Amino acid sequence: MARRTSLERHGGKGTAIARVRGLGAAGEGTGAWVGQRYTAIGNLILIGFLAMSLILLPDLGYATVREWIAQPIPATVLALIMINTFWHARHGLQILTEDYVDAPGNKFAVTALLNVAFAGGAAFGLFCILRLALGGGAE
Amino acid sequence: MADRPLSPHLTIWKWGPHMLVSILHRVTGDGMAFLALPMLLWWLGALASGPEAYADFAEAATSPLGYVVLVGISWAFFNHMSSGIRHFVLDIGAGYEIETNKRWSIATTAIGVILTAAFWAAIVLL
Repeated sequence: MARRTSLERHGGKGTAIARVRGLGAAGEGTGAWVGQRYTAIGNLILIGFLAMSLILLPDLGYATVREWIAQPIPATVLALIMINTFWHARHGLQILTEDYVDAPGNKFAVTALLNVAFAGGAAFGLFCILRLALGGGAE
Repeated sequence: MADRPLSPHLTIWKWGPHMLVSILHRVTGDGMAFLALPMLLWWLGALASGPEAYADFAEAATSPLGYVVLVGISWAFFNHMSSGIRHFVLDIGAGYEIETNKRWSIATTAIGVILTAAFWAAIVLL
């Protein structure tokens, strides 16, 4: 029997993953699960670039790092880390919360705190990168 | 915690490397969220604030405790990365046979340590 494409198997309603995306027990779990994988791939590239840069920079003194970070590609990578890696980390802590914090009120409070902390941290990081990349600030 | 009964999981299971990988994946991931990201923000904040702030950061980062934290963060990253790649393999339904699973569990843990050592060797030598 010839192999059927996923389109044929699922009557034209998309692939198996497309049909379950967003249909976890809470009505949204699968989307978050897939998002964790997408951001993991992003982290491989972004943190890989950061690690290689730390190795290849001649030194990690102020002048060297500042000059490096003001370049378009390093600045872009660091800005993406603020979005991608912070999302991934916030989601990881969210899973930890869901596993170990049972009372709904506490779960809400911890999740709210996580969202505030990570939004604040990412915004601070983005601001620092913009300042370094676009000039201004202390010399 | 809830009043519901819990199965006596950690106390009765026979330990295997896959359990260690799973626990380390969570510990290193959540550990980096608490430690590595704040360190990254401190680094960027110090850079954006000027040479004096950067000197303060560098002094803390190159203190004995600073090196312990930095080596710990780098190990957490490489461990999380290698066990994360193992997760991708498991996600496609491969690697669940007992011997294969055991072998790759040991391998990912070892690869995390080896990459950490290679990273610091490269930092020092290059």
